[in-house]
Amino acid sequence: MSTVPVPREITTQPRRSDRIFRKIVTTGGLSSLAILSLITIFLGYRGFEVLREEGIGFITSSDWSITTDDAGNVVESHFGLAAMLVGTILCAFIAVAIALPISIASALFLNFYAPGWMKKFLVAVVDMMAAFPSILFGIWGFLVLMPSAEYWAKLLHHYFGFIPLFKLQPYVVTRSPFIAGVVLAIMIIPIITSVSREVFSQAPLDRIQAAYALGATRWGMIKAVVLPYGRSGVIGGAMLGLGRAMGETVAVFTVLNIVFQVNWHMLLGVGGNVASLIILKFGDASPYEIKALMAAGLVLFLLTLAVNAIADVIVKKTGKSGR
Amino acid sequence: MSTVQPTRPWVASKQDRLRDALIFVGAIVFTYLLVEVTPLKGKLAYFIVFFFSLMIANGFTGGLRFGFPAAKDAIIKTLVAFGAVVTVIPIASILGTVISKGYKGIKLNLFTQDMSMATPTDPLNNGGILHAITGTLTLVALALIMSVPLGILTALYLTEIKGRFSKPIKFLVQAMSGVPSIVAGLFILSAVLYPITKSYSGFMGALALTILMIPTVARTSEEVLNLIPQDLREAGTALGGTQWRTVAMIVLPAARSGLITAMILGVARIAGETAPLLLLTGGGDKVNPNPFSGSMGSLPYYIWKSFNAGSEESITRAWAGLLVLVVLVLFLFTSARFLSTRKVSR
Repeated sequence: MSTVPVPREITTQPRRSDRIFRKIVTTGGLSSLAILSLITIFLGYRGFEVLREEGIGFITSSDWSITTDDAGNVVESHFGLAAMLVGTILCAFIAVAIALPISIASALFLNFYAPGWMKKFLVAVVDMMAAFPSILFGIWGFLVLMPSAEYWAKLLHHYFGFIPLFKLQPYVVTRSPFIAGVVLAIMIIPIITSVSREVFSQAPLDRIQAAYALGATRWGMIKAVVLPYGRSGVIGGAMLGLGRAMGETVAVFTVLNIVFQVNWHMLLGVGGNVASLIILKFGDASPYEIKALMAAGLVLFLLTLAVNAIADVIVKKTGKSGR
Repeated sequence: MSTVQPTRPWVASKQDRLRDALIFVGAIVFTYLLVEVTPLKGKLAYFIVFFFSLMIANGFTGGLRFGFPAAKDAIIKTLVAFGAVVTVIPIASILGTVISKGYKGIKLNLFTQDMSMATPTDPLNNGGILHAITGTLTLVALALIMSVPLGILTALYLTEIKGRFSKPIKFLVQAMSGVPSIVAGLFILSAVLYPITKSYSGFMGALALTILMIPTVARTSEEVLNLIPQDLREAGTALGGTQWRTVAMIVLPAARSGLITAMILGVARIAGETAPLLLLTGGGDKVNPNPFSGSMGSLPYYIWKSFNAGSEESITRAWAGLLVLVVLVLFLFTSARFLSTRKVSR
């Protein structure tokens, strides 16, 4: 007599090892959610006092001063980010305005014009540039680029001075938002170029060949197929660059002259940047001022988060536009 | 009987090449003459005149041969090529400056001494960056240990489990890669340094770097894991492996070199990060082997300090530091590229 073994129960339930595995992976996967919400919570928690004290004035006024008595107690304080926010947005937009055409041109060149070996080489070079540390751009911008950029600024003022944006009163061109914008543009060109290149290279081959078959020139093909297809991807890439430019700290701090004064004249040597403000004031800040800096960090974080979110949505639309 | 010779009309003929070269040389000569004769001056003038003369010459010859569309095509071609040139000029300028200014500061004592007995304005044969190099290596190693598991787990969630959080997590990783480095620094300051440790240390800096590194690792790993053929996973399951065994023994080993690339790219991303270190590490001048107590130096901090000291010696120090940093980043980057040419190994 032999005993028949009990048949194994067949089930679609994952085994215990798999359940543990999936739990661990899911937990790890949710780390990004945890970190992002912790950032919001902690910066909000630390900055809450200042935000409540200043109210809406924190982003609409541009006065940053703190007075303490001998014992270190805060007597009077005004914290307003307006000048810094305006400066951040101004520099970032200058950067994107300069970088976007150059990036689109070089992305088109890489995809449709460059011979194979040159393409390989240039792609490597551009990617490498994206990995350069920001302090390098800052110091290079300050010591090498600044003299040339000042000259460009003078030319711009000379020929386009009648446009309010290029007004220069008083005549101070050193360390202006324009120069910071140029440095930022050089920093974000690799980002926008590689996003655009990726998007352009996904343009459907059948449509490209159809355009050629109908007798289009290379530019005719690009205009009819590639640009409409890649439009939203390029815009998304530009937004990514914008977000990067807004959050940049060290490069801007090195180049820009930070003054608490709202200034839209991009050639004038008066500017601001939220991230640089934090570095500027952190060194000798009192505990209460640190709280204000935390609140400033929260504002910057939410701003870049919003820009990145919009960028993400736009990039995903790639290929849905166009014919 | 004559056979039909294959023709390749799209390949540039000898004549075409000769004409292009002539136009190019002609534009250079024209630019030189124009800038010399007229009151225009400077590099910018040369550049712009050359650009326009080349564009017009190309457009004109194109137009003469094939009409208006060809003229437009030739003009755009010049324009686009100049875009690429403008992209490359700053890279060349940056690399050239770093090398030409940095090599003066590279002395043997740079790699054997730290700055505890020297100030940035001292002559260059006193003091070095030993503390900065060891500090950066420590910070990077700590950040690597913390961020790689989280990054790879995130990538595994996106590629293997594909649960209902996939979309939000993809979005969050994207958003996280846009977090400004200074915000990461402030976060660690507010969440760890002030309430818990209350003192600067290398570990604080490494925590901030971890936040910046996770998205790079996660996104690159996700790309790599997506390249692993689905057949391998199915084969693993068909042989009776659980998902855990399949991932651990088939998928991850298959993606090994790609995952290493992801790590290297992450390291390259954070090695030169400055802002959070200014807030968190304290930037000591002495070799500090203990990341959990005492201020810790790092290359970016050293560069920052020397640059702000403002004397000639200190700025040479900053360039030398930058040169070392750039060489480090380029080395990492090249090795990542080398590895990623064969993303999927056995």
